Amino acid sequence: MEFVSDLASLINSTLRISTPLVFAAMAGIFAERSGVIDFSLEGKMLMAAFVAAVCSYYFGNPWIGLLMAIIVCVSLSMLHGFASVTHKGDQVVSCVAINILIIGLTTALAAAWFGQAGLTPTLTQEQRFLEVNLPFAENLRDIPIIGTIYSDILSGHYIFVYFAYISVPIVYWIVFKTSFGLRLRAVGENPSAVDTAGINVFAMRYKALAVNGILIAFAGAHLSTAVNANFFREMSAGRGYLALAAMIFGKWHPKTALIACLLFGFTDALQIRLQGVEIPTIGEIPVQLIQALPYILTVVLLAGFVGKAIAPNAIGQPYIKER
Amino acid sequence: MSNIVVDKTKVPWWVSNVIVPLVNLSLALFVSGIFIFIAGENPIEAVKLIIFGSFGYIQGFAYTLYYTTNFIFTGLAFAVAFHCRLFNIGGEGQAYIGGLGVFLVAINLSFLPVPIVWLLAILGAILFGAAWAYIPAYLQSKRGSHVVITTIMFNFIASSLMIYLLVDVIRDTNQMAPHTVKLPEEIWLPSFEALSGVLGIKIRYSPLNLTFLLAIASLFFVWFLIWKTRWGYEMRAVGHNTQAAIYAGISPHKNIIIAMCISGGLAGLLGVNEILGVSHKIQAGFPAGYGFTGIAVALMGRNHPIGILPAAFLFGILYQGGSEVTFEMPNITRYMFVAVQGLIILFSGALENLFRPQIESFFVNRLNREVRS
Repeated sequence: MEFVSDLASLINSTLRISTPLVFAAMAGIFAERSGVIDFSLEGKMLMAAFVAAVCSYYFGNPWIGLLMAIIVCVSLSMLHGFASVTHKGDQVVSCVAINILIIGLTTALAAAWFGQAGLTPTLTQEQRFLEVNLPFAENLRDIPIIGTIYSDILSGHYIFVYFAYISVPIVYWIVFKTSFGLRLRAVGENPSAVDTAGINVFAMRYKALAVNGILIAFAGAHLSTAVNANFFREMSAGRGYLALAAMIFGKWHPKTALIACLLFGFTDALQIRLQGVEIPTIGEIPVQLIQALPYILTVVLLAGFVGKAIAPNAIGQPYIKER
Repeated sequence: MSNIVVDKTKVPWWVSNVIVPLVNLSLALFVSGIFIFIAGENPIEAVKLIIFGSFGYIQGFAYTLYYTTNFIFTGLAFAVAFHCRLFNIGGEGQAYIGGLGVFLVAINLSFLPVPIVWLLAILGAILFGAAWAYIPAYLQSKRGSHVVITTIMFNFIASSLMIYLLVDVIRDTNQMAPHTVKLPEEIWLPSFEALSGVLGIKIRYSPLNLTFLLAIASLFFVWFLIWKTRWGYEMRAVGHNTQAAIYAGISPHKNIIIAMCISGGLAGLLGVNEILGVSHKIQAGFPAGYGFTGIAVALMGRNHPIGILPAAFLFGILYQGGSEVTFEMPNITRYMFVAVQGLIILFSGALENLFRPQIESFFVNRLNREVRS
């Protein structure tokens, strides 16, 4: 019985830990499918975490925090678009600039406004998102298997966890089943053909970046107003890059990207459990090695030991309209 | 905006290589001023403090040059890889591991006479830094894993590895803090304070040391490598047009590896400055963001050693002057200067063409008018 509850709590934490990765990977799919590289997921996630924490604190309502985070992230996406779509600047350089700018700015402003430690004030119960218990979770708990799955795994998560997993089929539907999605993918594969068909390439890329900004804001708000009750320095801790790796590993496809995100989440959940555990014959694994596992896994997955990833054809290239 | 068509051949070199970068830099600094204002301090006062802190007294100036040394290494590191169109964001990790190379060589061979142990330690830094860059390079060229993600991951992994080594393997067991023992004093690189004693100037302490000359030598080395050797030519060919390079019989795989290894080696040299020159031991997290600053330095310096030198000096001023600001202004932390770096990368890298057509056409029209009259 102990094994079952252990497994349930491991799956439970996998779902929770994967949440920001899922949002970020879905955000990445929109940008990259339209032909715009987005390494700035990391920076935008951090910015969203900062804005959500600060605005939830000032307005006393986490939904306002989320809304402001969305506005700021969409603006950052527009900045990326302004540099790399309109002015045809280097997309990777633009992303690196945004990431470094945000790492500096969030911590600098947090320190200036709330003291040297660079933390935002701890949010009260009303100012943050709380766990949502699904209906009848308590009543069904004692039913074997179904009760465990429903009450211990599915129920009791932050609202963002549900949003994240609902977003995956929606993203799939938009990208693969709507005319917007068809245009989006076409812009990333062959922009001049799309242009010939009378569709504005630049407008499509800006629209994709706007959706990207909205999705990534959820990831940041999840970090600072749900799982944690404040913002702290560099709290995104590379998750934007992990999500990007998951997206590439998932071949720019929502379903496979989701699986990769869950794999990362599972490694991270396992990582927390493995710390300090004696393993027969090997002994205790150094905690630093365990902590580096998600990063090592990223490298291994990206090395494509499970198949080669093929990016959208026009990715990274600014579109230059012929006259 | 992009409707302005400028005949590129008529634009004087100093307009595109001096005026435009200066305009971009001014824009970045102007926006930085707004951020300082938002943080609740006076930007004009901050500029005064920066200038005083970095030039106002000889010790401050020595610090400026010490930071410049680090930025020359990391700036060159980014630039070399960039000529092959590789984004080596891993300077931070390569410098960290390079420092390990310096320390291991220096502590184990400290019985050797002084110039020889220095040379070997420098070699150690280059080899370790290059080795850490080799894996992402290999994965990029053979498996197509994007070098930006792998180098970032290698920064995280380097940090975990070094913490493990510092805590469990090479820690000075007499101390609680995770750092190694000090290197024997005989093999420390001579510092500026020793030199200034000879010149008759008295200063208390200065981290500036002989590595500064190594940095200047590296500038010449990179210029020679990129523009005067076959390797440099091949690297630029792969970076410029991989398909054409393949037709010309140039192997992209080989050049990606070479470019990344030289890049990693240059980043590793930061360890020489920090460990052989300044702290004489490995401390946790000693690269302290210098690797990332190198990106801004290289992009501002347009990836050319002649541009990287002033760019590194400018960042030296910002770092040293910035520490004066954080000392005097309670609302400003060193992270504000990280944000400034981001803005400089944005305006001189990604948005470098923002006002270029306007500025170039302005000068071209003026020159035309002069010719006519």
